[in-house]
Amino acid sequence: MTHSRLTHLQSLEAESIEILREVAASFERPVMMYSIGKDSSVLLHLARKAFYPSKIPFPLLHVDTTFKFKEMIAFREQTAKEYGFDLIRHTNQEGVRDGINPFDHGSSRYTDIMKTVALRQALNAGKYDAAIGGARRDEEKSRAKERVFSHRNANHAWDPKNQRPELWRTFNTRLNPGESMRVFPISNWTELDVWTYIYAEQIPIVPLYFAKPRPVVERSGTLIMVDDERLPLEPGERPRMETVRFRTLGCYPLTGAIRSDAADLPSIIMEMQASRTSEREGRLIDSDSVGSMEKKKQEGYF
Amino acid sequence: MPAPTNALDIWLAEQTDKSLLRFLTCGSVDDGKSTLIGRLLYDSQLILDDQLASLKKESHNRTVGDEGIDFSLLVDGLAAEREQGITIDVAYRFFSTDKRKFIVADTPGHEQYTRNMATGASNADLALLLVDARKGLLTQTRRHSFILSLVGVKHVVLVVNKIDLVGYDQAVFDKIEADYREFARDLGFQTLAAVPVSALRGDNILSKSERTPWFAGEPLVPHLETIEVAQDKADQPFRFSVQWVNRPNLDFRGFSGTVAAGTVKIGDDVLVAASRKPAKIADIVTMDGSLASAAAGQAVTLVLDREIDVSRGDVLSHPGTTPEFSNQFQAKLVWMNDEPAYQGRSYLLKIGAQTVPATITDIKFRTNVNTLEHVAANKLELNEVGTVTIATDRAIAFDAYADNPLTGGFILIDRLSNATLSAGTIEFGLRRAQNLTYQAFDVNRGVRGTMKGQEPQIVWFTGLSGSGKSTIANLLEKRLTAEGRHCYILDGDNVRHGLNKDLGFTEAARVENIRRVAEVAKLMADAGLIVLVSFISPFEKERQLAREIAGDIRFTEVFVSTPLEVAEARDPKGLYAKARRGEIKNFTGIDSPFEAPRSPDLTLDAGSEEPIVLADRLHDWLKI
Repeated sequence: MTHSRLTHLQSLEAESIEILREVAASFERPVMMYSIGKDSSVLLHLARKAFYPSKIPFPLLHVDTTFKFKEMIAFREQTAKEYGFDLIRHTNQEGVRDGINPFDHGSSRYTDIMKTVALRQALNAGKYDAAIGGARRDEEKSRAKERVFSHRNANHAWDPKNQRPELWRTFNTRLNPGESMRVFPISNWTELDVWTYIYAEQIPIVPLYFAKPRPVVERSGTLIMVDDERLPLEPGERPRMETVRFRTLGCYPLTGAIRSDAADLPSIIMEMQASRTSEREGRLIDSDSVGSMEKKKQEGYF
Repeated sequence: MPAPTNALDIWLAEQTDKSLLRFLTCGSVDDGKSTLIGRLLYDSQLILDDQLASLKKESHNRTVGDEGIDFSLLVDGLAAEREQGITIDVAYRFFSTDKRKFIVADTPGHEQYTRNMATGASNADLALLLVDARKGLLTQTRRHSFILSLVGVKHVVLVVNKIDLVGYDQAVFDKIEADYREFARDLGFQTLAAVPVSALRGDNILSKSERTPWFAGEPLVPHLETIEVAQDKADQPFRFSVQWVNRPNLDFRGFSGTVAAGTVKIGDDVLVAASRKPAKIADIVTMDGSLASAAAGQAVTLVLDREIDVSRGDVLSHPGTTPEFSNQFQAKLVWMNDEPAYQGRSYLLKIGAQTVPATITDIKFRTNVNTLEHVAANKLELNEVGTVTIATDRAIAFDAYADNPLTGGFILIDRLSNATLSAGTIEFGLRRAQNLTYQAFDVNRGVRGTMKGQEPQIVWFTGLSGSGKSTIANLLEKRLTAEGRHCYILDGDNVRHGLNKDLGFTEAARVENIRRVAEVAKLMADAGLIVLVSFISPFEKERQLAREIAGDIRFTEVFVSTPLEVAEARDPKGLYAKARRGEIKNFTGIDSPFEAPRSPDLTLDAGSEEPIVLADRLHDWLKI
C-alpha cells in the first residue's frame, strides 16, 4: 500500500475538516470565532480546505475589544480581503460608551464586559446556533475534558458535569430552542502541531509572532508592548526598544511579550521546543484566580 | 542559537511525518495507572523543570523510583480540578517520542463511569490494560476488557505492573498472561501483548529491563511506537458517507466526506446504497489539487460523472461490495442515561451522516459485564449493556461494527431532550428486513404500531352515565401520552355531535351508534393508535358486536361499576334530573336498563375509589 498511512498532521487535518463539515451540514446558523491568532489562522485554513471549491458557508466573527494590537486588526482586514469571507466585527458599544478599559477597571472586569459579554451579545444578535472556536485540549486543564461538540444552555453556559457522551466521530448536533453548541475542530492538536502545520502549509500569521525590536515596558516581570498612547505609563517609566515576540495574541495591555530572536517559523518552533514553560503563561487573564478558565467558561467565555 | 536551517528542516520533516496513535489507559485505580501515565510523560520529557523540582519535594516519604519521584503525583497534580466535579470524565493527554505522536484518553476506572470509558475507548486504536502483578486479574480487568471488545478496540497491551514487588518473578507474569489470554480468547482482539513493567522504577518502559532477562517481548514504548493499527482499513471495502453537498455554482456538484474505509480511485464505479444508482468517480477534489485516489481517513470531495440524486447521509461503495441496507438489525447497546431503555420506545438514531427515528423492538438480554453472563431483561439501566433488535423508520446503510466501527456504530438520541442516550454497535442486519423491498413492503397495523412503539388496541369503557368512564379514560390517556404513546378517546361528546348526529335513541339507532363507533375505533387502531372508547353501551349484545368488529385487534372491556344512586347524585350534566322529570326518554338506569357485563376483562369500582387510583390500576393491568 502506498497511501495507506496518514501522517499525524494529515489525520488531524482530516478530522478537523470532518468536524467543520458536520457543523455546516447540521446547524442552521453557524459562525466561526476569529481571534486573528495562530490557532484562528489554522482554523481558517482548515475551513477553506473543508469547503473548497465553495466559499466558507458561514461568517467569521471577531469580538473587537478595542485594545487589540494594531497589527492584528491590519492582518484581519487584509486576510478578509484576500480570502473574501464574510467577516462580522463586534464591539460591546455599551462598554465603549462607559469607557471600559483594562487599566481603570481591572483585567477581569474588562475581560468580562468587552470579551465575554460582547461575545454573548454577538451570538445572541446573530442567533447563531453553533460557534466554532480554536481551543485545544492541551492548552488548559478544563479544556482537556471538554467535548468537540460542547453543549451550551440558553445562557451560553457550560455544564461540565453533564456533558453528552461523544462516541467515535458520531456527533450529536441536536439542540432545543435557545441552546447552542460550541465546536472545537482542533481539540486534538497540540501547540507543536499548530506550528508545524503552519510551517508545512505556509499559513500566513500576524507578524507579532516573529521577533522584532518593539517598544516595551516591564511590569512585575511581564513585558508589555506600548502599542499606542492609551497605555498609562507609571512615573519614571519609559518604553524601551527590545527584540521581543509573542507566543499568544490578545489585548495588548494584557499580553506579555517574550525576549526572543526567533524571526522565522523554524526558529520559533526550535525555541518552543527548547523552552520549558507553558503557552498560556503570557496571558494575564488566566492567572487572576485559580480555576479561572473553568469559571469563565461556565459564564460563556470561549 | 538555533541549529542550521537544513538540520531544522530535517527535524521539522520528521515532526510532520510522524504517525499518530490514540490509546486509552484502563484498569483498576490501584493498579498504578497514574504512575504509568506520569512515567510516560516524564520519559517523553514533557515535565517542566520547576514542576520536577516541586515533585521531588512532594515525593518525600513516599514510594519513589530511582529518580526520587512519585510519578502518580504528577497525574494527580494535573488533575487538580478534581473538586470541580469533572473527574468522572475522560481527560486527554498528549506526548510524543521520536517516532510517534500519542493522544492518551485517560479514562476513569470505577464501574459507574462505564459510559465515560466507552467515550474514551470509541476513538482509541489501542488500550493499555493495567494489572497489579500481586493481584492478578480482577473483576475490573474483565469488565474493562469486555467494554474494550464491545467498542471494538482491536489492540490491547496487558501491562503487568509492579513486577518489582513480586521480585521480578517470571512465573507470576506467565500465569497472569496465560490467564488473560484464556479469558480474552473470544473478545476479538487482533493483537494482545503482555509486558512486565514497574512504572515506578521504569522497567520495560523505554527499554528492556535487565531485571527481567526472561522477558522476550518488546518493552512498552517501543511496542507503542511500532504497532500497526490503521493501515488495514485501506484494504477494506470502500465506504464513503456523504456529509455535505458541495455546490458553489451550477457547474460544480461534489460530495464532501471522509473515506470511512477502503480506497477509491478516479474512474471507479460506485453505487449509492439507498437508490442503488451507479456512477463513476470523475474527480477527487481537495484544495491542494485533485487526487488520483483517496484512502480511509482522508477528507475529500468526490465528483461523479453523471447527475444522480445524492444527498447528506447517502453512502457510496463499490458495486460488488455494498454495505447492508435494511431497516432492522441486531445491536449491542451501552446505555448512558439515567432514564432506562425500554422495548417499544422511539428514539433518534444517528449513524454516519444518517439520522432516522428508530425503535427498540426487542431487548433480547442484558450482559453482566463482570461475568459476561446473559441475563433476561425488560429494560436497560444506566451503564448496562444489552443486546437488542432495532427497527428504523426507513432503511439505512450500515456494516457490522466488527467490520467497520465508522459504518457500524451509532448513537441513540432522546427525541425531546436531545440527550445522547446510548452507544450502539450493529451485530448484523435481520434477514426479514433484507428481503423486504419498498415495492413489496406491506404497510399494515403491525408496522404502523412498531413505528409508534406500541401495540394498537381498543379499550372499551362501559358504565352508567356519570359513572366516571370519561374521567378515568382521560387520566389514562394523559399518562399514556406522557409515556410517549399515541392515544385517542372516542366518547359520546365527540361522536354524537358529528358522525352520529343523525341518530336518535331508538333501539336500532343505539345499535347503529355502537356499530359506527366500533368501526371508527377499528380504523384508528389499524392506523396504529391506542383507542379509548367511553360509551355507556348498556347492552351485552352491542358490546359483543364491538368486540367482533375489532377482530384480531386487542380489545379490553372495562366495566366502570358505579351504583346508580352514586352516579345520579353526581349527575355532572344534569341528565338524571331531566330524565326524572321525564324530559329525556329511554335514559339508561331510569327508564331503560343497564346490562352489567357478565365477564368484563376488568371491573373498576368507581363508587368507592378515586379515578386516579383506578386509572393507574388499569394502566398497570393493560401493560401497554
